[in-house]
Amino acid sequence: MEKVIEVQHLSKSFGSHEVLKDIDFSVNKGEVVSIIGSSGSGKSTLLRCINLLEKPTNGKIIYNGENILDDKHDIYAYRTKLGMVFQQFNLFDNHDVINNCTVGQIKVLKRSKEEAEEVALRYLKNVGMENYIHAKPRQLSGGQKQRVAIARALSMEPDVMLFDEPTSALDPEMVGEVLRVMKDLAETGLTMLIVTHEMGFAREVSDRVVFMDQGVIAEQGHPEEIFNNPRQERTREFLKRILKDV
Amino acid sequence: MSLESIIKVAVDNWPMFVRGAGMTLLISIVGTIIGLVIGLLVGIVRTIPIPDKGGKRVLLNIANKLLSVYIEFFRGTPMIVQSMVIYYGTAQAFGVQLNRIGAAIFIVSINTGAYMSEIVRGGIISIDKGQFEAAQAVGMTHVQTMMNVILPQVIRNILPATGNEFVINIKDTSVLNVISVTELFFQTKSIAGATFSFFEPYFIASIIYLIMTYTITRILRAAEKRFEGPANYIMAGNQMQVERL
Ligand SMILES: Nc1ncnc2c1ncn2[C@@H]1O[C@H](COP(=O)(O)OP(=O)(O)O)[C@@H](O)[C@H]1O
Ligand SMILES: [Mg+2]
Repeated sequence: MEKVIEVQHLSKSFGSHEVLKDIDFSVNKGEVVSIIGSSGSGKSTLLRCINLLEKPTNGKIIYNGENILDDKHDIYAYRTKLGMVFQQFNLFDNHDVINNCTVGQIKVLKRSKEEAEEVALRYLKNVGMENYIHAKPRQLSGGQKQRVAIARALSMEPDVMLFDEPTSALDPEMVGEVLRVMKDLAETGLTMLIVTHEMGFAREVSDRVVFMDQGVIAEQGHPEEIFNNPRQERTREFLKRILKDV
Repeated sequence: MSLESIIKVAVDNWPMFVRGAGMTLLISIVGTIIGLVIGLLVGIVRTIPIPDKGGKRVLLNIANKLLSVYIEFFRGTPMIVQSMVIYYGTAQAFGVQLNRIGAAIFIVSINTGAYMSEIVRGGIISIDKGQFEAAQAVGMTHVQTMMNVILPQVIRNILPATGNEFVINIKDTSVLNVISVTELFFQTKSIAGATFSFFEPYFIASIIYLIMTYTITRILRAAEKRFEGPANYIMAGNQMQVERL
C-alpha cells in the first residue's frame, strides 16, 4: 500500500517535557485512521507536528519520498497538501463562509476567484452549508462552523485530512451533524487522520485505530481488534474508563 | 472682549483661519494614516516567528531591537522637541532646508507610528492564536496570514484607538508652529500679532479645534458601526442564487 505520510523516530519536547517519544507511524492512501488515548497523551502534538504547527525535536516526516523537515523543503506547499480541522474551528472571523473557503485557494494556490468559488461551493454543498455562504462565522452555530471549517480544508484539495477532536467543543446535539459529514467523507475514499473521543465513530468508520499513551503509540490495529481484544493492559483500562463515561 | 469683537476678528480673518484649519487637518489626516501604516508594518515585522538559528535569526533580532529603540524614542520625547531636532538637525547636518509641510507630516507620521505600533501590537496579541494556526494550516506565509486574516481584524479592533490618535494629532499639530508650519495655531498667532487682540483669535481657534475634533469623533463612531457589518446574513435562497453567488 502506498504511504501518504510516514513519520519516523519522531520526538517532540516542550522544554524538558518529552511529549512524543520516538514515534514511528504512517498513513496509507485512502485509509481512515483514528487516534485515541487519554488527554495529554500527545495526540494533538502528533497531528500538529505532522503539519508543522509544532516543530519536531527529532525525527523525519516523509511525504512523497522526501523528508519535509529538511531545511530546503517548502513547508508552505507541503501544508496545502494537508487539510486541518481544529477543535475550536478557527474560522477566519473577518471572512464570510464563502471567503473562508476561497482565501487560501486564491492567495496560496493562486486560483482565480471564479474557480475558487466554484470549488468552495462544491465542498460547502458536501457539508450542507451552501445556503450560508454570506454568513459570518459569529452568526453560525458550533456545528455549522465546524462544517464550514471542513469545507475550507477540503477546498484546498489536500491529500490527507487531519482532524483534531472536531466534535469536542460542540454541544451534544451538534456532534451528529459533524460526524455524519465526516463519515460521508470517509466513504469517498479520502485519506483521513482523526483524533477523537467518539469511540462509536472510530469503531464504525476507521480502517485502523491507534491508541496513544504517554507519548508513544501503545497499540494499533483494526478497530474490532482494538475494541474487542486489546492486547495491552493500558488499552483495556483506557477503553473501560472512556466507555463507562458515555 | 465682546461677542461683536469676536465676530469682527472672525469676519476679518476667516481666510487665514480656514487655511490654518485646513493645514491642521491635512497634516493630522495624512500623519495618522501613515502612522497607522507604520504601526501595521512594524506589527508584521515584530510577529515574524524567530527561527532557532541562522542569519535570519540575527537579522530579525537586530530589526526588533531597532524598532524598540524607535518606539521608545518617539514615545519618550515630546513632539515639540522632535520637531526642532528633526527640522533644524537636518538643516545643520546636511545643509538641507526641509519643506515645512513635508517635515510636519514626517514628524507627525513617525510619532504616530510609534504609538500605533504599540496599539497594533496589543491588537495582534488579542487575536486568538487559532486564527494564525488556521491560516498557516492552509499554507499561508507569515505576510499572507497577516494581510488576509490577522490585520483586517486588528484594524477593526483598533479603529477607536486610531480615531483617538487622530484627535490627539489635530490638537498636537499646534506644536509644529515652532517650525513655522502654517497650521491653525500658527495662523492664529499671526492674526493675534497683526490685530493686537489675543483673546478673540485664540477663542475662535479653540472653537475651530473643538468643531474638528467633535466632528471627527462622530464620523469615526459611525464608521465603527458600519465596520461591524449587518447583524444578519442573507440566506442564499435557491440554487440559482447559489450558483451565481
Ligand atoms: N505548547 C506547549 N507547551 C508546553 N507543553 C505543551 C504544549 N502543547 C502541549 N503540551 C503538553 O504536551 C502534552 C501532550 O499534549 P497534547 O498533545 O495536547 O495531548 P492530547 O491531544 O493527547 O490531549 C501535555 O502534557 C501538554 O501539557
Ligand atoms: Mg488534544
